[in-house]
Amino acid sequence: MSSTWFRRSKKGILTTTEEKKETPDGLWHKCPQCKTTATVKELHDNLYICHKCNYHNRINAKEYFEILFDNNEYKLLFENIVPKDFLGFVDMKPYGARIEEAQKSTGLKDAMTVGHGKMNEKDFVVACMNFNFIGGSMGSVVGEKISRAIDYCIKNKLPLMVISKSGGARMMESAFSLMQMAKTAAKLTQLAKAQLPYISLMTDPTTGGVTASYAMLGDINIAEPNALICFAGPRVIKETIKKDLPAGFQRSEFLLEHGFLDFIADRKILKQKLTTVLEWYMIEPAGTH
Amino acid sequence: MQFLDFEKPLEDLYTQIHKLKEMSAKNKVDVSNSVRELDASIEKTRSQIYDNLTPWQRVQLSRHPDRPYTLYYIEKIFTNFTELYGDRQVKDDKAMVGGMALLNGEPVMVVGHQKGINTKMRQLRNFGMANPEGYRKALRLMKMAEKFNRPIITLIDTPGAFPGLEAEERGQAEAIARNLFEMVNMKVPVICVIIGEGASGGALGIGVGDRVAMMENTWYSVISPESCSSILWRSWNFKEKAAEQLKLTYKDMSSFGLVDDIIPEPVGGAHSDPEKTAETLKTYLTNAISALKMISPDDRITQRIEKLSKMGFYDETVTADNGTPAQIDAIT
Repeated sequence: MSSTWFRRSKKGILTTTEEKKETPDGLWHKCPQCKTTATVKELHDNLYICHKCNYHNRINAKEYFEILFDNNEYKLLFENIVPKDFLGFVDMKPYGARIEEAQKSTGLKDAMTVGHGKMNEKDFVVACMNFNFIGGSMGSVVGEKISRAIDYCIKNKLPLMVISKSGGARMMESAFSLMQMAKTAAKLTQLAKAQLPYISLMTDPTTGGVTASYAMLGDINIAEPNALICFAGPRVIKETIKKDLPAGFQRSEFLLEHGFLDFIADRKILKQKLTTVLEWYMIEPAGTH
Repeated sequence: MQFLDFEKPLEDLYTQIHKLKEMSAKNKVDVSNSVRELDASIEKTRSQIYDNLTPWQRVQLSRHPDRPYTLYYIEKIFTNFTELYGDRQVKDDKAMVGGMALLNGEPVMVVGHQKGINTKMRQLRNFGMANPEGYRKALRLMKMAEKFNRPIITLIDTPGAFPGLEAEERGQAEAIARNLFEMVNMKVPVICVIIGEGASGGALGIGVGDRVAMMENTWYSVISPESCSSILWRSWNFKEKAAEQLKLTYKDMSSFGLVDDIIPEPVGGAHSDPEKTAETLKTYLTNAISALKMISPDDRITQRIEKLSKMGFYDETVTADNGTPAQIDAIT
């Protein structure tokens, strides 16, 4: 049965650890969903979508801005607003140390980045959350940046989009983080009064206090495919009801079916879709001034 | 009487009194002097305990099974209360109650979380955890109040919005978000009082107003101390520590400017003298409404937004002309 020409002469892996050839980091990417590999370059060119299963990899502000703004040109706004540990919150680590660590590892100031650029030649302000910064949690800086982005849009008569991607409120800021929900909702009433469009794009994951405030308050609410969008997370619900959750529960398609999204936009058509939508809002009706 | 763990010294004293009285009944001995002494020491012990409550003890008090709930206050404070049911969409949520009522003869709208007073009722009321229908019912009633120019009073007492399958299906997040947005814009005075537990979005969902007050033995936080412990410490054993770190008491919350007013409770907590507590609450509501009526609707809304806009702490670095960044402490 066994032919000798392919039989291993020695058993086991014989390469010593020192002799192992390292694959250079960041050259290949394995899809978390279907395990297909692609080069990082291919992934980038495909807008961080798996070319095989359409899995939308989690990306942050820098990548979204590159996808949305013409020629990757934009101005960052309110970068001078930075977090601080006002409460002196200490759990297993002091909050101050968590902030520093996150800033070091991400090169960001906090979980929100605001950019003003042109999308298909039209001015657009995008506030995008960074999940890599303490789980994209919403603290005072996130609330304040949204708040200022709204003021900026009102002053310059610009449309606003917030891209949500968040584990929810930032516990280490306690009630201050809770109040960001009310604060951002309050500011959005001003944007509404100014009759400027507010688009909420929910991406994987959008949860907790973020969903229960600005993420759900868009003039249109849209989502990327298969994003987890919820108030209470699946684990908490499972513990509460002690039952398994149906497949696809709390995913974008589920929310669309239940009437909470206007549509789902694949990242590849996002820019075009947004352009079409914004045109509807921003076009001056004929014959009026 | 139900005693909490930190009330053990009180319980002992009450037991002593009880034993003395029993003895005196049996042996026909006059114990009134001893009883008087014990009564005095009860008062003293109670003050000592209640002057030094830890944040976790306040959390315990806010959950005391004898603590008055929304419907109790409604009965004591208002007249002609007509409960109104349903969100006009899906169902009636028993964890959220509301209706039209008169406060000193003046029409108002009252809504609030409702907990159950016994095991059966607790289940019916879903432990005060509202579903989206509850928030939508509250909004429906508040909108009606706005239409007929009646002040709104909300009473908050919830361990959180219900984390259930149907709740998610019917848009718990959307229901809460919508309420925040609409409450900011209410043309009538809105007064919110935390009468028990103020947990997270479930509390805030009826908690945006011109005046937000906390009763003395309540808490208001982004998360319950238990859940916070389980997430940040990965264990349920750090709830006392979490309660401290979360700065969830009336003292902290008012010093941060996150709540406007404090409503005192009798020594021993609201449940030790519910009638008196209701009276204090009534006085507060009466005064708050008459003060708010002096302000125009537009100004009230503007002030609401201004108040909320100031909430938050962060540093704002300013790059001066010479290129050196200066630090200024931002508003808190």
